[in-house]
Amino acid sequence: MSSHSHPVTDATATRPVEFKIWRGDAKGGAFEQYTAQVTGGMVVLDCIHQVQAEQAPDLACRWNCKAGKCGSCSAEINGKPSLMCMTRMDTLPADQPVTVEPLRAFPSIRDLVTDVSWNYEVKKKIVPFKPREPDRPDGTWTVFQEDVERVQEFRKCIECFLCQDVCHVLRDHHKHDEFIGPRFLVYTAALEMHPLDTADRIADLKERDGIGYCNIGKCCTKVCPESITITDNAIIPLKERVVDEFYDPITRLLRIFRPK
Amino acid sequence: MSVPEAIVHEHDVIVIGAGGAGLRAAIEASAGGAKVAVICKSLLGKAHTVMAEGGMAAAMGHVDDRDNWEVHFSDTMRGGGYLNNWVMAEHHAKEAPDRVRELEAWGAVFDRTKDGRILQRHFGGHRYQRLAHVGDRTGLEMIRTLQDHGVHQGLDVYMEMTVVALLTSGGRIAGVLGYDRERGRLRVWRAGAVILATGGIGKAYRITSNSWEYTGDGQALAYEAGAEIMDMEFIQFHPTGMVWPPSVRGLLVTEGVRGEGGALRNSEGRRFMWDDIPEAYKNQVALDEEEAWRYVCGDKSAQRPAELLTRDHVARCINREVKAGRGSPHGGVFLDIAWIKSRVPNGEEHIKKKLPSMYHQFMQLAGVDITKEAMEVGPTTHYCMGGVRVDGDTQMSSVPGLFAAGEVAAGLHGANRLGGNSLSDLVVFGKRAGEHAARWAKEHGAAPVDSAQVEAETARALAPFDRPNGENPYAIQSDLQDVMQRLVGMVRTKSELEEALGHLDSLRARAAKCGVSGHREYHPGWHTAIDLRNLLHVSEMITKSALLRPESRGGHFREDFPAKSEECTGFNLVARRADDGSMDIDRRQRAPIRPDLQAIIERMK
Repeated sequence: MSSHSHPVTDATATRPVEFKIWRGDAKGGAFEQYTAQVTGGMVVLDCIHQVQAEQAPDLACRWNCKAGKCGSCSAEINGKPSLMCMTRMDTLPADQPVTVEPLRAFPSIRDLVTDVSWNYEVKKKIVPFKPREPDRPDGTWTVFQEDVERVQEFRKCIECFLCQDVCHVLRDHHKHDEFIGPRFLVYTAALEMHPLDTADRIADLKERDGIGYCNIGKCCTKVCPESITITDNAIIPLKERVVDEFYDPITRLLRIFRPK
Repeated sequence: MSVPEAIVHEHDVIVIGAGGAGLRAAIEASAGGAKVAVICKSLLGKAHTVMAEGGMAAAMGHVDDRDNWEVHFSDTMRGGGYLNNWVMAEHHAKEAPDRVRELEAWGAVFDRTKDGRILQRHFGGHRYQRLAHVGDRTGLEMIRTLQDHGVHQGLDVYMEMTVVALLTSGGRIAGVLGYDRERGRLRVWRAGAVILATGGIGKAYRITSNSWEYTGDGQALAYEAGAEIMDMEFIQFHPTGMVWPPSVRGLLVTEGVRGEGGALRNSEGRRFMWDDIPEAYKNQVALDEEEAWRYVCGDKSAQRPAELLTRDHVARCINREVKAGRGSPHGGVFLDIAWIKSRVPNGEEHIKKKLPSMYHQFMQLAGVDITKEAMEVGPTTHYCMGGVRVDGDTQMSSVPGLFAAGEVAAGLHGANRLGGNSLSDLVVFGKRAGEHAARWAKEHGAAPVDSAQVEAETARALAPFDRPNGENPYAIQSDLQDVMQRLVGMVRTKSELEEALGHLDSLRARAAKCGVSGHREYHPGWHTAIDLRNLLHVSEMITKSALLRPESRGGHFREDFPAKSEECTGFNLVARRADDGSMDIDRRQRAPIRPDLQAIIERMK
C-alpha cells in the first residue's frame, strides 16, 4: 500500500479513461472495453459503479463499505491484487487502459465476483480460541497493552483475501487442499499469540496446514491493504514454533516448563 | 407446498442479517437449542458493523469509577430527548458490561488500561469515559469475534442472499422467501421465529456513511408483514463525514477524533461549538479550551469539550457555520487533531496510534496528512433511530414470532443515539432477541407456509425481468436519494416535506415499471430493483412521520417548529400498513416511566 498519495486538487475537469473489464463466468470470458468519465479523487470502484449504472447494469462486482474496511471489493487492477475502493485513479498510469479482473486464485462466479467459500471452510477447521481461567472473580483477565499489541496487528485483517490471491502456492500451484494460505497463517498466529489462549495448533500447522509450503517470498505482505507484516511477524514466528516443537528436543523440553 | 421452483429449508429460528445483532442473536438462539439459519446479504463478516469505529458504551467504570448503569441510563435518555423506550434503556445500561466481558472471553482484544483492564474512552453525550474500544476499528473486532465464535456453534449460514418477503400464516410468522444472488434461485426458509437484524436505511440519502446494504430491508419487510414501525422521523446525521473528494463524500470520520481532543473550527479558526450550548448540557461543558483539554487527558474535575455534545446538536452547529459562510472550501468545517501535537510528546505518533484508520483514510483517499493538516468534515446520514416497534424485554414485534434487534429495531435511542450505544445495543438486544425467539419457536412450532403467498411474492420479485425495456432501477434510486437529501434532510419544513411526498409518489410509479434484462445470476440491476421497493417504503415513513411531529428534537429538526414541544414528549409516531394498502401513521401515547427510573433521571440532571 502506498502510504502517501497526492492531495486531491480542485480541478473539476473530467477525463475519459478506457477500462478493460473481465466479463464472464466459470466457463470462460474475455475483457470488454468501457469508458468512464473520471474526476479528481475517484477510485476504481467509482468507475465500476459508473459503468454499472450507465452501460452494463448486469456487471457483477462485490462491494460493501467503500472505505477499505470490509474487504469485499478485491480485484486485480492492472494485474495487481488491490481493493477497488482504495485505488485512486490518479495513482494509475494515465496513458493506458485500466484493466480490472477478478481474483485468479479462486473459481469465477461471474465477472468480478469469485467463489471465496474455500476460505470459510479453512477457517472452520482451525482450533478455536480457548482462554485460560479468568484472573479475576468477575470473570475478566489482567492483560497489559504491550501483551496485546502483537495480536492486535493481526486482528486488523479485513479478510479481503488479496494475500491468498497473490500467494504462488495457491495461485500457481493450486495447493488449496494442503496449504491454508497467508490469511489463515495470520489467523492462527493471532490465536497462538493471544495472551489468554491455551489451545495448541502447532502440530496442525505442520501436518495439515502446510506451513512448510511458504518460502517467505513476502508477496502477501506487499499486497496487504492493512499493512500487516504477514511474513515477518506472523509466518516466520509460527515456522519457528514448528521447528521448536518438532525438531529441537531441548527447546521442546524447556517449553514444558515455560509459560506459553 | 406447490412452488416447484423454490428450494425449501427448515429451521427453528431464522436470523436475517449477520452484523453484530444478527450474529449475537444467532449464537444465543443456538445456545437455546434452536436450529438456526443466518441469512446474510453479503459475505459473512462484511456487514456494516465492520465500519463502527469509536467503541461500545458500557458502564464498567474501569477508567472512572464514578460510572455505573444509572449514569449510563440517564445519559441515554437525555441524549434521546426522553422519547426512548425506557425498559430498553434500562436493560441496555445494566447488561452492556457483561456483553463486553463476554466478547473478551470469546477472543476480542480490547485496548488496555495501565492496570491491565479494558480501556474506556470519552464520547459525545457520555458523562464519563465509557467506550471499550480497539483503536478506531472496534466494529471489526466485534464482528470478527462473533463470526469466529459463531461458526463453531452449529449455525447454518447462507451468504449473499436477498430476502424478498416475510411469510405469514394466520397473522403469525411462518418463514422467509428470498433468493441466492449467485444463481438467482428462489428459496423458502420455514421457521417458527424470524429475527430481523438488517440494520439501517442510509442509502435512502445521497450523502451517507452507510454501505450499499443499508436499504431499509428489515423495516420494509416488517411493514409489509403488518408490523408497526416507530420513530422513523428520527434520522441521525453524523456531524463528521468526509466532504472531499466527491467520491468519498459522506464517509465517516469517527467521533473518536474529537474524543482524543480534535477541535472543530470554522474558516475564522474559531472553535464555534462553544457559541451554542443547549440548556440540558450547560453544566457538563468546559468553560474554555484549557479545561476541555484537561478533560481529554482524564482530569475528573474538568468538563467536556463542546465538540463532545450530542451528534444532533453538533451536526446542526456545523450546518449553521456553513450556511453563514464560515465553512471550509468544500462546504464543511475543519476538524483539527494536529493541534494536539503542541500538548502531547511525540504527537504525530500518538495520533497515528490512536486513530490509525483515520490517518490512512485521509492519506489514501484525500491525500491529507491528519497529523499535519485539518480535515474537512460535514454532516452525513448515519443512523436510523426508528425501526420495528418491539417489546422492550423480548424484542418481539407486533407480529407474533417476528423479532428485531439492533438498528432495525426502534426504542433504545429515542430521538437521538449516543455514539457508542450502537455496538452495545447490538449485543445486548441481539442476545435478548435470540433467547426469546428460540423460546417462542419451541413453544409455538412452525406454521404452515401459504403457497399462494409464495407464488405471489415470487412473481413480484421476478417482475423486473418481464420489463426488459423498463427504466433502469439505478436511475430511480439515484433520484430518490436526491429527493430525500434535498427535502427530508437535517433541516425540514412542512412545504418541503409535502413536496417530497409528491416526488415519492411519482418515484413509486416509476419503480413499478422499472426493468432489467438478461440472466438472474449475480445481477446487480435486479438487486437494485428489489432494494428500491424497500427504500421507497422507508422514505415514505420518514417523510410522513416528519410531517406529523411539529417540533424539533434529536434527529428531527423542523425549521417551522424549531423548539421542543411539551405535548410532543408524550407520544411516539407509529407507521402501519392500512387495509387498503396505504400507509397510516398514528400517535402512540407513551407509557408513563417507572418512578424509580424517573428518580434516577432527576438525580442526574
